Amino acid sequence: MTDLTTLSLADLRDGLKKKDFTSLEATNAYIERIEGAEALNAYITPTPELARERATLADEALAKGEGGPLEGVPLGIKDLFCTHDTLTTAGSHILDGFKPKYESTVSAKLFGDGAVMLGKLNLDEFAMGSSNETSYYGNVVNPWRRQGENTTRIEAGKVVGGLTPGGSSGGSSSAVAARLCAGATATDTGGSIRQPAAFTGTVGLKPTYGRVSRWGVVAFASSLDQAGPITRTVRDSAIMLKSMAGHDAKDSTCIDRPVPDYEAALGQGVKGLKIGVPKEYRMDGMPGEIDTLWQQGIDWLREAGAEIVDISLPLTKYALPVYYIVAPAEASSNLARYDGVKYGLRMSEPGDSISDLYEKTRAEGFGDEVKRRILIGTYVLSAGYYDAYYLRAQKVRKKIFDEFEDAWQKVDLLLTPSTPSAAFGLGEKKNADPVEMYLNDIFTVTANLAGLPGISVPAGLDNQGLPLGLQLIGRPFDEETLLRGADVLEQSAGFSATPDDWWV
Amino acid sequence: MSAIDKETVRKVAKLARIAEPEERLEPLAKELSGILDWIEQLQEVDVEGVDAMASTVAAELPMREDVLTHDETGGGKPEDIVANAPKTEDHFFVVPKVVE
Repeated sequence: MTDLTTLSLADLRDGLKKKDFTSLEATNAYIERIEGAEALNAYITPTPELARERATLADEALAKGEGGPLEGVPLGIKDLFCTHDTLTTAGSHILDGFKPKYESTVSAKLFGDGAVMLGKLNLDEFAMGSSNETSYYGNVVNPWRRQGENTTRIEAGKVVGGLTPGGSSGGSSSAVAARLCAGATATDTGGSIRQPAAFTGTVGLKPTYGRVSRWGVVAFASSLDQAGPITRTVRDSAIMLKSMAGHDAKDSTCIDRPVPDYEAALGQGVKGLKIGVPKEYRMDGMPGEIDTLWQQGIDWLREAGAEIVDISLPLTKYALPVYYIVAPAEASSNLARYDGVKYGLRMSEPGDSISDLYEKTRAEGFGDEVKRRILIGTYVLSAGYYDAYYLRAQKVRKKIFDEFEDAWQKVDLLLTPSTPSAAFGLGEKKNADPVEMYLNDIFTVTANLAGLPGISVPAGLDNQGLPLGLQLIGRPFDEETLLRGADVLEQSAGFSATPDDWWV
Repeated sequence: MSAIDKETVRKVAKLARIAEPEERLEPLAKELSGILDWIEQLQEVDVEGVDAMASTVAAELPMREDVLTHDETGGGKPEDIVANAPKTEDHFFVVPKVVE
């Protein structure tokens, strides 16, 4: 029998409906792989028992010819989504032991459509990071490795020379690439779906802000956060998005408009579409391979009948500085709720005042990167600096938004590289200043500021054998055109490389 | 704008309710100044007459009936509300004494 973990989510879904195999068989195959992949540290909390129970129920429904669009499909859930009675950590010490009494809208929709949860996936603490090195639960390792002598390997039971799977959705990207789930949920505030997807040869789709409910997702920066899928194929992302998207009265920013059949957009091609190539998405010191791949992407789309239009987005370079005011400002406010009183960690000694309780709990519970961002956010919002930093950043954000609005008068999609480099080594940027790490999101953060949908598609390998991604950005609520473009890139690239199972 | 010094970090950490040990103040001042120096480039952008943007969603905030709901956001579940609290008494959160 075929190894069921090699099937795409779409093929798995179809096979289950046709009763070629059962959900319990697929679920067990994934559980076995998860148990053999502890070295990757992709899961914080595997939930095999829960998964088998759910798979059994799915099989009963499938046997009767019933069940939802994802009936019996095993998924991984980023540990930023609250799951009823299942530990939810956000990768932070401060949420120790937190078992929500409610289910996030996204996970509820997926499970309502029949999906099986395999467990909760590792991530950067509160989704703050680009390398999955800020998690309290340790680094996640990329299943891909460099060719040559310094390749990733296991020595004395420990991973040596591991690469980052990207962040913050590093558990999601690593698990999807290593076949530890058929697809995963992820979230993207500045690039946290697309950058990890690019680093692991997977597809990552960040929907339009307001397309997917944020209710029950641990908040980082509320005006930027958006949930989406990481999957092995473009079709798989279309399938997951259809289940995840839609109006939710519990999130006032979640827009009430119909959810199209995204899968139907595939195969329509890009003939007649205008695709913009923004010249500002070229960075000093960017490896030549990324430039070459970008040109390759341009050629693929042109050959498929698209018209390529050179455009200019001069404010691009200001997007990251704007982000590093807006996101920490919102984070400092959102993270004020972690106080040692309502849930999670509590640090206090007899005789402590309530202030001591807050200060000690937060000092112990938050990691360095989270503290850094809370401090920046508190500073830019404080009296005397608010206008100079926060208000100015919001104004520049408006100008960036307007610049995209103008671009949509000329083009239907934008094509850019997903990241300025391939995956780097864990620990490699440990001593770098924080800004160097932040530059990872230089090509992805603009879509968050403007609320636009973006997708990263694996398009090739670099000279070390590591995957590289191309990004498409689309008009608000036009995920269908985005998927049409992504489909063409995927078909043209014919990306079929997979990581070898070195960790098994 | 001036770089962040040690005293500013102390003040901001206090506002953010994070106990930062004395020896962390100086390194933090350096890190935060580095980030703010980089952000400083926003001063180059002409923002005269531009509206500040807080959200990309233009839709008006929806209104709902002012009634008690019975979903997860509704009332009537005190056990659920305190279920994860580190210290509770009956249906109350317990905190150190705040009034002498």
